[in-house]
Amino acid sequence: MSLIRLDRISRYYRMGAETIRALEEVSLTIDRGEYVAIMGPSGSGKSTLMNLIGCLDTPTSGVYELNGLNVSEMDDNQLAEVRNREIGFVFQTFNLLPRATALRNVELPLIYAGVAAEERRQRALEALERVGLGGRVNHKPTELSGGQGQRVAIARALINRPSILLADEPTGNLDSKTGMEIMAIFNDLAATGHTIILVTHEEDIAHCARRIIRLRDGRIASDEPVRK
Amino acid sequence: MRFIIELQEALLIAWDAVRANKLRAGLTTLGIVVGIVTVTLMGTAIQGIQRGFRQSISVLGTDVLYVQRFDWFINSHAEWLRQQRRREVTWSQFKALERQLSSARAIAPMVDIREAVKYKNRSATGVTIIGTTDQFLVTGGVGIADGRFITAEESEGGRPVCVVGAQTATNLFRGEPILGSRIYVGGHPFEVVGVLEKQGEFLGAFSLDNQVVIPIGQLTAHFVPFPDYTIQVKVGDESRLEDVREEVRGLMRKIRRVPPGDDDDFAINQQDQFIKTFNRVTGVIATVGLFITGLSLFVGGIGIMNIMFVSVAERTREIGIRKAIGAKRRNILIQFLLESMCICLLGGCIGLALAAPLTLALRRLMPATMSFGLVGLALGVSLVVGVIAGFMPAWRAARLNPVEALRNE
Repeated sequence: MSLIRLDRISRYYRMGAETIRALEEVSLTIDRGEYVAIMGPSGSGKSTLMNLIGCLDTPTSGVYELNGLNVSEMDDNQLAEVRNREIGFVFQTFNLLPRATALRNVELPLIYAGVAAEERRQRALEALERVGLGGRVNHKPTELSGGQGQRVAIARALINRPSILLADEPTGNLDSKTGMEIMAIFNDLAATGHTIILVTHEEDIAHCARRIIRLRDGRIASDEPVRK
Repeated sequence: MRFIIELQEALLIAWDAVRANKLRAGLTTLGIVVGIVTVTLMGTAIQGIQRGFRQSISVLGTDVLYVQRFDWFINSHAEWLRQQRRREVTWSQFKALERQLSSARAIAPMVDIREAVKYKNRSATGVTIIGTTDQFLVTGGVGIADGRFITAEESEGGRPVCVVGAQTATNLFRGEPILGSRIYVGGHPFEVVGVLEKQGEFLGAFSLDNQVVIPIGQLTAHFVPFPDYTIQVKVGDESRLEDVREEVRGLMRKIRRVPPGDDDDFAINQQDQFIKTFNRVTGVIATVGLFITGLSLFVGGIGIMNIMFVSVAERTREIGIRKAIGAKRRNILIQFLLESMCICLLGGCIGLALAAPLTLALRRLMPATMSFGLVGLALGVSLVVGVIAGFMPAWRAARLNPVEALRNE
């Protein structure tokens, strides 16, 4: 069974009197362990698609099944729980809490999952160790470089062992060298069986993935494996 | 367990948020501070006045009935005119009541007048002269500091003896031997046989120690031949107060020949009436205080609500991040409610810290102490204001759409 199944998903926005059709009847399946890049120019609907896959938003019509659950019917709180359990986000701007230490940032998903303090700390330390930040657990985001910040974000995304790692332009705010370091982490994670979905508009980043889905005007323009 | 973890986190964030904006939080709490200072001082003052009042009227005795011509509290002019037509309470009525009353512990007649008192060349004017019997020692609840009280034989008879109040004694004798000396009350000589214990003031109006007690027979012989008596009935046991009151009432109606169906033409007063009237007065003070407090808490609450809206707006992105990571609506709601409660509690604590020295100042005027109940009330009130003021902003934060919140810069 596929991990993600989108069946004729549409998402419309109302802007005053006008209706913007961000996604139009998109159908898509992604299996467990896949490494997928979603590409497209701005306005193509890739952010909307990412928000839907990430359960931050619900479709106007169509069915979305994640891990066998019909997510398109869920309410706010159920979605929050699904996000907590199934999805790890990595954002372009890192989105770390500025006043919290790296450790506390990484612990955050576990707090909302109701994990006790002792275990939380243990797991967060391990996750930070895994992304090579074992020595900076008590630094605040402002005291970390961009690459380090994104590593904290990856550690946070992985901490609750989600089904999907969802990365939205993860290298967008980094120089190319640091960007490649971050991509190396993603490649490693993919190699160890994590399901990764990468949203990007950079060809060379997208080519790290094994499958590229291209969007245009709210529809899938192409969906093909990467030839290496 | 899970809820506790979430609550801990929310509390931590809330406290962190308050600390991050110390000045802002401090200024915002001003309204609450004023409200809490008012509520504590008002409460302390009312409790203080009440305590002082109770101490003061305790001299009346909780289980003593005062059978008199007039009520202590007359509420209307018509009532006053009606009571003016009442007949006086006479000696024979007292004797009849004394003879027939079975359920009381003691009964004493009492008449008081003002007279000048002289000892050698020293004199005091406006001293309360109380004419009574030996039973007054029981009904009046006074103690003897030195010597003895008047005896039953002396009460109605002609021996001119007297017992002087503590203040009168110091004023007149100034250290000279008191017992056995002779004083002149309104020109008539009396031999001092005893000195009363110090009793204090009554409602701050007059001293209970500036008095001379003489046998009732002496008072009627020299000063007022047919006085209007007050009969003091000491019940001896508060639980029987109502029973004794009813017996006294029945007997007095019979003695004064009140026709069946007519209203009583006399009054049976007791300490209770003072307390009831007094409680009405403190009730008015409390209402006014409550209004002022409510107003300042309301204004303070609006200020808190305002700053909470600002806080939510500032941290929209943080809310987005938390939601993306799995925070439910209730997590966000509780986080901001707790922040608002923290600010208000801070205001409450500042308020109490200011009220404490003011209470000490108040102590010069009345027996005022800041009670634990009052402190609890103040803190409770600030928390409630925090919840009410924080609810709207927190609710709005909880309902934010995560996509839009994340887009916020």
